[in-house]
Amino acid sequence: MTFLPVILWSDLLIWLLVLAAIVVGWLSTGNPLLRAAWQRVGRSRAGMASATVLVVFVAVGLLDSIHFRPRLESREGQAVAGQPSTAYAIEVLSLLDALLTPLRTRTEKTYSEPLATRAYAKEAIEVRDTDGRIRQTRDYPRLKHGGAHLGADEGRRDADVGQRLLAALALGVVAWWAVAAMTAAGLARADACSHREAWRRIWRNECDFAWNAVLAAMAALLLMLLPMAMLAADYHVFGTDKVGQDVLYQILKSVRTALVIGLVTTLVMLPLSILLGVLAGYCRGWVDDVIQYLYTTLSSIPGVLLIAAAVLMMQVLIDTHPQWFETAAERADLRLLALCFILGVTSWTGLCRLLRGETLKLRELEYIQAAQAFAVSDLRIIARHILPNLMHIVIIALVMDFSSLVLAEAVLSYVGIGVDPTMISFGTMINNARMELAREPMVWWSLAAAFVFMFTLVLAANLLADAVRDAFDPRLAGAA
Amino acid sequence: MNEKVDVGGTRNEILLAVDDLRLAFASGRSLLTAVDGVSFSVAAGETLALLGESGCGKSATALGLLRLLPAAGRIVGGQMRFAGRDLLRLPEAEMRGVRGGGMAMIFQEPATSLNPVLTVGHQLSEVLERHLGLAGQAARARALELLMAVGIADPERRLGEYPFQLSGGMKQRVMIAVALAGNPSLLIADEPTTALDVTIQAQILELLRRLQAERAMGMLLITHDLGVVAQMATRVGVMYAGEIVEEAPRAAFFSSPRHPYTQKLFAALPNLAQRRGRLETIPGQVPSLSEMPGGCRFAARCPHAWDRCRQQSPQWRQVAVGHRVRCHLDDGQGAGAGSGGVSGTAVGGADAVAVQPMGEPALLAVDDLRVYFPIRRGILQRTVGHVRAVDGVSLELARGRTLALVGESGCGKTTVGKAILQLIMASAGSVRLLGQELGGLSRSAQRPLRRRMQMIFQDPFASLNPRMSVGEIIGEGMQALGVDPQGEGRAAAIAAVLRQVGLDVAAAGRYPHEFSGGQRQRIAIARALAVQPDLVICDEPTSALDVSVQAQILNLLATLQADLGLAYLFITHNFAVVDHLAHAVAVMYLGRIVERGTVDEVLRSPSHPYTQALLSAVPSPRLDARPDYIRLPGEIPSPANPPAGCHFHPRCRQASAACRERYPETSTLTATHTVRCHLYR
Amino acid sequence: MLAYIVRRLLYALPILIGVNLITFALFFVVNTPDDMARMQLGVKRVTPEAIAKWKAERGYDKPLFINGSAAGVGVLTDTIFFDKSARMFAGDFGRAEDGRDIAREIRTRMGPSLAIALPTFVLGLLVTVSFALLLTFFRASYLDFWGVVLCVAMMSISGLFYIIGGQYLISKIWKLVPISGYGGGLDAWKFLILPMAIGVISGIGSSARWYRTIFIEEISRDYVRTARAKGLSEVTVLFRHVLRNAMIPILTGVVVVIPLLFMGSLLTESFFGIPGLGSYTIDAINAQDFAVVRAMVFIGSVLYIVGLILTDISYTFVDPRIRFN
Repeated sequence: MTFLPVILWSDLLIWLLVLAAIVVGWLSTGNPLLRAAWQRVGRSRAGMASATVLVVFVAVGLLDSIHFRPRLESREGQAVAGQPSTAYAIEVLSLLDALLTPLRTRTEKTYSEPLATRAYAKEAIEVRDTDGRIRQTRDYPRLKHGGAHLGADEGRRDADVGQRLLAALALGVVAWWAVAAMTAAGLARADACSHREAWRRIWRNECDFAWNAVLAAMAALLLMLLPMAMLAADYHVFGTDKVGQDVLYQILKSVRTALVIGLVTTLVMLPLSILLGVLAGYCRGWVDDVIQYLYTTLSSIPGVLLIAAAVLMMQVLIDTHPQWFETAAERADLRLLALCFILGVTSWTGLCRLLRGETLKLRELEYIQAAQAFAVSDLRIIARHILPNLMHIVIIALVMDFSSLVLAEAVLSYVGIGVDPTMISFGTMINNARMELAREPMVWWSLAAAFVFMFTLVLAANLLADAVRDAFDPRLAGAA
Repeated sequence: MNEKVDVGGTRNEILLAVDDLRLAFASGRSLLTAVDGVSFSVAAGETLALLGESGCGKSATALGLLRLLPAAGRIVGGQMRFAGRDLLRLPEAEMRGVRGGGMAMIFQEPATSLNPVLTVGHQLSEVLERHLGLAGQAARARALELLMAVGIADPERRLGEYPFQLSGGMKQRVMIAVALAGNPSLLIADEPTTALDVTIQAQILELLRRLQAERAMGMLLITHDLGVVAQMATRVGVMYAGEIVEEAPRAAFFSSPRHPYTQKLFAALPNLAQRRGRLETIPGQVPSLSEMPGGCRFAARCPHAWDRCRQQSPQWRQVAVGHRVRCHLDDGQGAGAGSGGVSGTAVGGADAVAVQPMGEPALLAVDDLRVYFPIRRGILQRTVGHVRAVDGVSLELARGRTLALVGESGCGKTTVGKAILQLIMASAGSVRLLGQELGGLSRSAQRPLRRRMQMIFQDPFASLNPRMSVGEIIGEGMQALGVDPQGEGRAAAIAAVLRQVGLDVAAAGRYPHEFSGGQRQRIAIARALAVQPDLVICDEPTSALDVSVQAQILNLLATLQADLGLAYLFITHNFAVVDHLAHAVAVMYLGRIVERGTVDEVLRSPSHPYTQALLSAVPSPRLDARPDYIRLPGEIPSPANPPAGCHFHPRCRQASAACRERYPETSTLTATHTVRCHLYR
Repeated sequence: MLAYIVRRLLYALPILIGVNLITFALFFVVNTPDDMARMQLGVKRVTPEAIAKWKAERGYDKPLFINGSAAGVGVLTDTIFFDKSARMFAGDFGRAEDGRDIAREIRTRMGPSLAIALPTFVLGLLVTVSFALLLTFFRASYLDFWGVVLCVAMMSISGLFYIIGGQYLISKIWKLVPISGYGGGLDAWKFLILPMAIGVISGIGSSARWYRTIFIEEISRDYVRTARAKGLSEVTVLFRHVLRNAMIPILTGVVVVIPLLFMGSLLTESFFGIPGLGSYTIDAINAQDFAVVRAMVFIGSVLYIVGLILTDISYTFVDPRIRFN
């Protein structure tokens, strides 16, 4: 084998999450109320446009969640006693890393501006004069990779960039038309109407699904991503950072960290909050008292401080037990998971309280009493009557928490109680870039890139969350 | 269409004239017409009652008059003139002067219609300030006058109190005082007594009548209750599906209703003339706003409908002075359905099957049942007392019989039902089903007995789990109690029980939200029947339903009793239903049964002063309805702190010294008729 | 009502004890003092003697809960739990790694924290409630729509960017106020105004949207319809009826954080170099000063519990149902 698959814990959880999403989707089709709610989400234009954007983010994150260790080229087949040894690199790579190998490996020495061909700061460099002599000057050194294909003809850069942009635009228009035409064709077949009619329906917003929003979002995405991809082949689109690493690469790697923090945290806290919330609301009495005491006490400790304390302690634990981890990636990964756990533990109380309140209300409803009159067991009542009627709260909590968790990660990493410093995330990017804010002239591109991508991700998540909440909240569903 | 409405009898000026009013609600991209071309007028000193079932557009009409429709509502067309002014052309600022000043409104729910965090005085004085410019002492004095005028005792204290400190009836009185504060010339009352108990309803209706007479106000009364109409109205307009279909002076309305819908409404009411027979029902239901039929909107449910009804919307037709109707039927056919509105086809009542075989133990025997809820107070939440929700109730019920448990809200009747079903733990007393004691049994030991008794709940929307299909809902009890084996047997059983309650077998695969209120109640009945019980506890099963649907459910219950020999414990506040369905009646007041006996004994010769007052307070939907009734002062005291002696004595006109000292023992009047009152020692 | 408040106070006690136990478990049970010593000393200097010395200096060499070797009450008092956790109830937080008394440090740093957090809080509340009321008044109009869009966009921006952007624009480009620092007396305003403004702006998005939701929900209630039917103007309805009722849910979220204002803000203080409790905490986290972090966790919890009690008391002012029951 040319590689050794590595399954990190967070990978496992992420793929479990994908599986859970599929299961929930499948279950939803069986229940008319849930199906109707999802259809309402599908009709929301803002929601579907953001979902389209989020799909791209999720795809990047998923690609980055398949890990392996490549086999080392063993130069001298140093077999021990005839056994062919296969040594694998200590470095754990993901599928995304493999796809982005050029971006990952083409590092410069230090800072360079977006699309630059030369470094950002002057350096002492050796220049061969026309007479062939080598002399030392202070100048902006030529980048090793950025615009290297231009050779000495650096002046051609603007023209080259323009050319690539035009090409990307043309390609984008063609691709978009292809997708749009296919959508219209599919719709025309499904509704048994003419293509023209289907086309008209899409743009008049007369479908049961917000196709126009999806297509518009797709146009915007193509317009952004294609030029980026075209340029990234030979330039550093967002420049490079202090150690010369491509900022675009860092951004793409940050996406997975954000997704893990935003989704796995909720996944971690869900079972606990559902179990305790339902138990407290259904059993009442002393069980309720104990659970209420538990979550009031936990939520009494201000979140940031509890996280700070817990992360500090976790650091001690990790640092004093280096033998637990085989690779640096595993250590960073476990720390990420631990952070998810800590965030989960500090934030489960809100959902738990919500579920308890709702369960208290539900158990007084007449259909629960009817079930009790049939001597249906408590477990069955919880499973058939209470849990299904809590699902909308859980789904709303899941999507609402996502964006705040992504934002929290940045702050925590900045404060130093976030992810492992070696793990690329929006927080560590901002933290690193901040050091250079005082520099004259300022190094702005890392920050700007992190800002744009993080804003897009969180905004899309917020808009989708709104659409989901509007569709699932029984109080709002009737009004909308 | 712009004809002048004749004001029956009165020669007063016309206050409000509504012409061809159209209201619609935005739903997505489309507008759904809720009120379609309604015209009426109200003169000073008269009461126009707008009568209709839920969803017919009567409340929307009232809100439209004040231009206070909810955000989705639109006034699409028509004209509204009030005191010579065109309300639709009035700028918003002037319209505000009309609201509260010219036209004032009383709402259905006094509990939610008053601001919970402002004092009564504050809520009154802001009207006085807005419309009369009164402030300070003058406002306070006027507010006191108003509170006295609406019959609130100790008004000084009440001015500083908050709505939650007032009882339901008092809140509605405050609501009326607020409405009167701006000296309006027209009062719009939207179901003003629907949320209130019958004795309180009588008080409020009397108050409204008196105030209207004193102030010569015009009144637009919106109601679904023919009894209220009989007591209050000068003229009546009947609304159906967004249109007024009949308009008549009170006398003509009750003596010769012309529209088939009106006639059907009368016939669907359970009343004395056809006790224990089948009630006339209106098949089907009110069409939804999005599927209004083109012709006469009642055609689909009308027994007399012919081709023209389905194609062409009928025009107004004058049938007598002030009496007009929108119906294609000519006089002969219209009147054919019978004057007085009663054309019951009486079927042999359930009396025949209700014979108790000798020697068998009573199906249900409740003895001295008590349910106390602890009241916790203080720092350590110690129990300082008990709410005696049920305080020593005894009753028996035989197979195939119906016992009605009657009382006002808060008397503990629902708690009795739930305690019998062991949904609430009884504090003391015994409940025996077929001679077997239920209390103290373990859950598994109760299981075989649970099959024998089931419950039908009040709210058909809360009693069915929205996430389960009808088949699952009905099958749940069968599965839990092991009634029927898995697989096809169960599907067949579900289908059978669905047919039994008059639903299509295909309903099993659908979900509750696809059904109307009446159909949902049928599903709830099917769920109870599925385990083949002997006893069904019906907790106000029709109080959330419209009259025409109520009749369908009552008929169904009667049929099931005749076919299956079911016994019903029928918990209700509605005497008309009692009269129709029950064999025996028990009247509850503050956790105790004060009188019990057969239907005839309790309803024809009530002995307890409370029963007498309750019966006299029920507004009867007849011309000869007695406007005088036994006034019951005050409201039901809290069961946490019942009055000493006879609980009823503070409200009783015949109370003596003995009543204040001890609770009366049971006096036996006949073999079946007992009463707990010192008058019968 | 008094019984109500006393009951709330009594209820706070077990919660405080619970918090104390959780903190103790987190700091002394998850990792042993030996682990902490190794971490603090660094890998190179770890010797059994160095660890013992490190523990002895900080009083970590005692048993956790029960000291079998001590006499009398010492069995319970001469332990880490009593020294480090129980004493916190008396305001004794021990010493930081640099040897300073933590309680003293906290007292001196409270001032700057409060100086910035309190005005930010008050101003922020005023601005967001007014903005939300404005949106509610113009509900279902374009102003409302774009206002909500603005809120969502603003709440999608990380707090870090508000600070970085503000510092860059105001201090670096326009040079209006110093970029960071703190001074006592009247000069303090120029150090405080920027963090305050940023604090207010960064909070507008989520708060204003939340308040708007509450107002809109309140405005659909029956009593609002009654108020309109009285002929009151929309402004009167909004201020006299809706605002009063909406105060109840708003207070739940607002009053509880008031005592926490003493703690300052981690981000703002570290970015602007304000010597308050927030930056104290951050410094302690970076220096892995366990004693300080533990003290801050405890104080934070105490303040939060005080906030809960204040919330309960504030209900009695705005909700007559609680005042009279």
